[in-house]
Amino acid sequence: MGVREWFDSFTGASADELRRVDPKILADPVHVRVRDVHKSYGPHHVLKGLSFDIARGKTNVIIGPSGSGKTVLMRQLIRLEKPDSGQILVNERDFVALDGMELDAMRRTMGMVFQMSALFDSMSVFENVAFPLREHTKMSQKEIRERVMDRLESLGIGHAWSKSPAELSGGMQKRVAVARSLVLETDILIYDEPTTGLDPITTCTVDELIAEAEEKFGVTSIVISHDMASVFRIADRITFMYFGEVQASGTPRELLESLNKPTMEFILASGVSRDLIDGRRND
Amino acid sequence: MSANDADADVPDEATESPPSEGERKKGVPRDPSRAVGGTALAEPKPPSFLATTGAKLLAALMAPLSELGALAKMLGQVFFWGLRPPYRGRIFIHCMEYVGVQSIFIVGITGFFVGAVLGLQLVNGFRDLGVESQTGSVVGFALSREIGPVFTALMVSSRAGSAMTTELGSMRVTNQIDALITMAVNPVQYLVVPRVVAGLFMVPILTIFFDVIGMTGAWLVCTKLLGLDSGVFLDRMRWIVDWKDVNLGLTKAAVFGVTVCLIACRQGFYAKGGAAGVGQATNRSVVHNAIAILLLDYLVTGIVLGEGLG
Ligand SMILES: Nc1ncnc2c1ncn2[C@@H]1O[C@H](COP(=O)(O)OP(=O)(O)OP(=O)(O)O)[C@@H](O)[C@H]1O
Ligand SMILES: [Mg+2]
Repeated sequence: MGVREWFDSFTGASADELRRVDPKILADPVHVRVRDVHKSYGPHHVLKGLSFDIARGKTNVIIGPSGSGKTVLMRQLIRLEKPDSGQILVNERDFVALDGMELDAMRRTMGMVFQMSALFDSMSVFENVAFPLREHTKMSQKEIRERVMDRLESLGIGHAWSKSPAELSGGMQKRVAVARSLVLETDILIYDEPTTGLDPITTCTVDELIAEAEEKFGVTSIVISHDMASVFRIADRITFMYFGEVQASGTPRELLESLNKPTMEFILASGVSRDLIDGRRND
Repeated sequence: MSANDADADVPDEATESPPSEGERKKGVPRDPSRAVGGTALAEPKPPSFLATTGAKLLAALMAPLSELGALAKMLGQVFFWGLRPPYRGRIFIHCMEYVGVQSIFIVGITGFFVGAVLGLQLVNGFRDLGVESQTGSVVGFALSREIGPVFTALMVSSRAGSAMTTELGSMRVTNQIDALITMAVNPVQYLVVPRVVAGLFMVPILTIFFDVIGMTGAWLVCTKLLGLDSGVFLDRMRWIVDWKDVNLGLTKAAVFGVTVCLIACRQGFYAKGGAAGVGQATNRSVVHNAIAILLLDYLVTGIVLGEGLG
């Protein structure tokens, strides 16, 4: 192995190989299969054997009352933490079992939009979006500039490229965060409560943003939310979580049939005992 | 039970989003699991006074140990990730500039006045003994071996170290460190390694600068204001200060440089508790650094001189 190859083996240029996926798998409508995922913090059993599917190229919403483990699940999905047991199959590869370079290669196919956007505030908008390219590709300055401006413009924030993140509104910051997540060849984009704490108008623009990202870049979106109103507006598929367990999962229609909407709203508004849901489902 | 264990059942601030406005307005209970999930139904009996005091005492004793453990672990990670490519030259240079170049002013100012007052005190004290001609030697000796590295490290800690803690801490509490991980960039390699390396190289360089400025300050006061003979002052200084002293000083400076930046980064990197938590981390960073510098000062001196360690 030459010095160059040795170097590349760390910078990940050769890791692109790992990401190549069989076209047959790409035709599978299920992108991610979560199977029996458990996670505890000490005695606190937060995720109690979750299983559900994420549909390819669709908006998948994970919803549930506060404290039901949505953020914890998100941290497992992107492997900020490792589940205690279970599988997360992304394109039929078990993400949980991966390590080292393979894990990093896999991570680069996933993007994460944090609740507070988590932009690097020491860098300009442009540098934020260019960051993954500088870290993981060998693009020239010109190529980087083109790619970054393309992403920024297609998300409607081309004019803000030289600003610092602190100068932007919450909605615009979210756009930059999406641009940064999409700048590599991203397949999956995870949003943690993208609309919590935003005003209704910004909420709408964020909903549009999610749809836009999906249309323009063909990504699979996973949206974690407890905003019922926006869920039914954007979701192609809903997974309803209740204290570490999946209560129902399917298209909004399927979900409404198994649990009617007022029930869900009621549950979310008051956090009443789960007997109610169980009762409904057994009807 | 160490301080860390005690925190274990409290959700990590970095993972827990703060209760948002919307959430509160809708009247959604913050954590209904406590109410209905079946956890902690029975109210636990308050533990006895003796038990709580005992636990607190034990925690206080264990805290420094677990802190040392955390630092050792981070140093190990710095080695591991520091040796692996990619090497990010621009960030290294930026950190060197930040730790080194931007500390020149404060190090220069303190160096000058420390040297000046040392000269003043020594001439005044030595006059009674009739050995004021030795001022140059004592100034040179003290600055190069002891005062230079310690003062420089304290200055770098309070200027660059505290800023590092604040920067990394706010990156932690706003999920920027998590964002790095999700972008497949190792945060220790990207954030901590360049800062520690900057400390390793820049603190010794700043120490030399401090020594030179300090000796100049002392020389100015002694010869221009107090009427000491310039030739004697410099001759005594040259006679006593040799490579061994400078070496000892620089060894210390390098050790301090790594320590200061490591402690600063470790406090910021694992900060939790929002903005208030970052403030506390910064506070701890400066205090821990001051203690570490003075403790290591004695240790390194003892080891290099081969005495004084019992
Ligand atoms: N690092 C951790 N250590 C211990 N417990 C944790 C940790 N992270 C989360 N928890 C616990 O896990 C449970 C689920 O938390 P999580 O943040 O996932 O809820 P959530 O569904 O995202 O709620 P919200 O809608 O309020 O964001 C909570 O009871 C929380 O106390
Ligand atoms: Mg959450």
